[in-house]
Amino acid sequence: MRNTLVLLPLLALVIIVQLLASWTDSVFYLTQLTMSAYYSFLIIGLCVVMGYAGQISLGHAGFFAIGGYLSAALTTRNLVPFQDNVLVKLLDSVGLLLASKDVYGESLLVVTPWAACCAAILTAALIAFVIGIPVLKLKGHYLAMATLGFGIIIFRLVLASAYFGEADGISDVPGFTLLPGLTVSGNFQGRVQNYYIAWGVLLIGMVLLRHLIDSRVGRALRAIHSSPEAADSMGVDTARFKLYTFVLSAIFAALAGILLTHYNGGIGPSEASVMKSVRYVAIVAVGGMANLWGAMIMGIVLNFLSLRGMFGSYDDAVFGLILILIMLFAPNGILGLHLGQLRQRFALIGRKRPAEEA
Amino acid sequence: MTLELFIQYLVAGITYGSIYAIVAIGFNIIYNTTGIINFAQGEFVMLGGMLSITLLQFMPITVAIALAVGLTMCIGAVIEIVFIRWLKNPSVLRMIIITIGISILIREAALHVWGDNVRALPYFIGNEITSIPVLGARVSPQVLWVIGTCSLMVLFLSLFFKMTSIGREMRACAANRTAAILCGIDTRNMVTLSFILSAGIGALAGAVMSPITYTQYDIGTGLAIKGFTVAILGGLGNSPGAVAAGLLLGVIEAFSVSMVPLAFQDAIAIAILLVILFVRPHGLFGSSAAAGLKEF
Amino acid sequence: MALLRVEKISKKFGGLQAVSDVSFALREGSIKAVIGPNGAGKTTLFNLISGVLPATSGEITFKGHALNGLRPYQVARLGIARTFQNIKMFAGMTALENVMVGRHVQSRSGFLASMFRLPGFLSEEREIRRKSMELLELLGIAEYADTEAMNLAFGQQRAVELARALALEPALLLLDEPAAGLNIYETAEIGRLITKIREMGITVLLVEHDMSLVMDISDEIVVLSFGQKIAEDIPQKIQRDPEVIRIYLGEEAAVPA
Repeated sequence: MRNTLVLLPLLALVIIVQLLASWTDSVFYLTQLTMSAYYSFLIIGLCVVMGYAGQISLGHAGFFAIGGYLSAALTTRNLVPFQDNVLVKLLDSVGLLLASKDVYGESLLVVTPWAACCAAILTAALIAFVIGIPVLKLKGHYLAMATLGFGIIIFRLVLASAYFGEADGISDVPGFTLLPGLTVSGNFQGRVQNYYIAWGVLLIGMVLLRHLIDSRVGRALRAIHSSPEAADSMGVDTARFKLYTFVLSAIFAALAGILLTHYNGGIGPSEASVMKSVRYVAIVAVGGMANLWGAMIMGIVLNFLSLRGMFGSYDDAVFGLILILIMLFAPNGILGLHLGQLRQRFALIGRKRPAEEA
Repeated sequence: MTLELFIQYLVAGITYGSIYAIVAIGFNIIYNTTGIINFAQGEFVMLGGMLSITLLQFMPITVAIALAVGLTMCIGAVIEIVFIRWLKNPSVLRMIIITIGISILIREAALHVWGDNVRALPYFIGNEITSIPVLGARVSPQVLWVIGTCSLMVLFLSLFFKMTSIGREMRACAANRTAAILCGIDTRNMVTLSFILSAGIGALAGAVMSPITYTQYDIGTGLAIKGFTVAILGGLGNSPGAVAAGLLLGVIEAFSVSMVPLAFQDAIAIAILLVILFVRPHGLFGSSAAAGLKEF
Repeated sequence: MALLRVEKISKKFGGLQAVSDVSFALREGSIKAVIGPNGAGKTTLFNLISGVLPATSGEITFKGHALNGLRPYQVARLGIARTFQNIKMFAGMTALENVMVGRHVQSRSGFLASMFRLPGFLSEEREIRRKSMELLELLGIAEYADTEAMNLAFGQQRAVELARALALEPALLLLDEPAAGLNIYETAEIGRLITKIREMGITVLLVEHDMSLVMDISDEIVVLSFGQKIAEDIPQKIQRDPEVIRIYLGEEAAVPA
């Protein structure tokens, strides 16, 4: 209940921003805010893995790409040549396929967005489950490298397979009608609607994760992070909880990928790159690791600035620098940094100098 | 497969394998003294190549390479002094993230300095088509340069760690840090030294390999992943193991060219890494008991 | 009937025989103490029972189940709770939340139930909170329920840890030096608490250095020295056992007695 109430001012802010943008004729800002909301959706999922379960993942762009690419490919790749395939027939008979004509009058047979979305999420969850099993054993460096390696594999795969469009990615992805009248697409008229869809999804995700943290499962996760040995002795199956959290965050990432791909009408290999994964980690770190609100706010702010091109050609460098600075001076995130603490840190640096002279 | 082709693949495998081994040894040196994995290890290799290519415009190639290696060593020292030295008991997660950040900064700096084109040093002897026959196969002399340099580095390092007092102090620091401190060894300087050493061997490998493998601002990540795969395969911290594992991975990759599309070649190394992490996280040549004693 | 039976259990660390061929049984509803000089293998024994370490040989059975090869969380689920010699609080969580983690095995809401607040979730959550609060009251620290556990005084942290272990509703409670670091009054208080816990029907096995506490509350005492069991008896007899006196007070002290 308390959690839901906290969201009300935020909801009001979301509405005010939209109204301001509409009145001042600057609706184009909404596009970046919509995209930022989807990226933040991934980031809050990653926040639970990193901040609460204490596991690092350098492969979340991979899950984002699995969601986005599968959904894009399934909803655009023509199945007409495979019409006689048993599987295609079966899918068609249960209504999971969509027949239409393209602009040249060629007949087109693709998977419906809903079916594609489910398939993409299931795939991401399954892969996360398999990749996550080493999580049962691995810690620290091993896990970081394993997830980094996973991310690179996904990147290479999309870059090397014609089905996923190689370096060009996939374009002309159709809209995704969630409910009648509610379509995720890059349609100009749908801009305001899509802004609300994205923020709705983000806020629902936020509520769900807040619920999770404030529950038996969340307490167990925090206990694991703080003292794995004691959590174990309390009967918490630490490996299973870490694994499930990892899978959950992969589902969040995949869903973000799916929705953003339908919104943008396409996806390219850069979405699967390692730099994207690192960027997500950086944002969670800036937000304060175990701080869902921090992760969400930083996700919106930094993605918005980046999408507006504020960092120019130094985009990646900015995120690298942010990572280092946060980890050096404020491992609890900038929101967790109080003025006193800041003074203390600077005193620490200042104190080093005389020592070096001596 | 003809014998010539077989040898061609084998030589290519050994060439790449010795580079992977050097990167893995770079990981090991820092891991042994600090217990952290330096994700920026691949960037040292890139810097070695790029710096020597730039310096070559002003000086002969041997001086250029020597200077490039020296500069990279300085960069390694600066990294350790600025980012690592003053942290007290940082968590593994924190260290991972910091070294990742460093690798990104180096890479982005390289992108702005050198752009994103592929560069290479000229061949040390002859040119692209010069070759010497080895058992019927034709092998570029540069390949011998790479293999020779890497072997010499391994030899030099093992002598350094066994024979010199600094090397022995570094090993003491690796074996038991607290005991090393009690013996009056300044472990912090040992850590700086380990960064300098791994930067140096990475840079030298990067310079020597660049005529055949080419260099680009972003080769670091791929090399780091493969070097790490090798380090894990050989048992983290175990350098003879790294040499064996490096050659193994290089040869596997080389022979896979005939079966797997080139684009998936990187995926092979990573798949091996994932399988190893699943099955034997302590490596092919390490013992699980020893791995259990290390902190992760 | 024996609730816990330890049979010829041994643990080797490389060349070091930390525990060798130790056997004893624990009667339901009793308090048994394991004593012995430092390095006698007491904590190792605890870690073997709670599944933190695998035994080299021997067998441990609890309520007829073999514990060998079980992970600590599985041992906990069978009804064995423990505390730690150096208190392991869950940092960043309040005293109440710490105890609520202890209710883990007694509740079952999973990821979906928690996220979507499925029917039954809220009532279970209320139940967890109520039971945990009761335990804090039992241990006299209810007023600190919302204080972050790491900010509590040492004695209070011990109480929280005890409440957390009791929250599992265990049949057997393993206490690793419950009086370590406590002053004489707090030690007496812990002694009263342990007797109270036994009255709740919970069997207690404890490792302790404080002899007055051990002699006061235990029904039986097992004495370990260099990994071997050298005596097992009621406190009065243990106090007079020449072998025990010898290892505790040294060779010379035993002679004039």
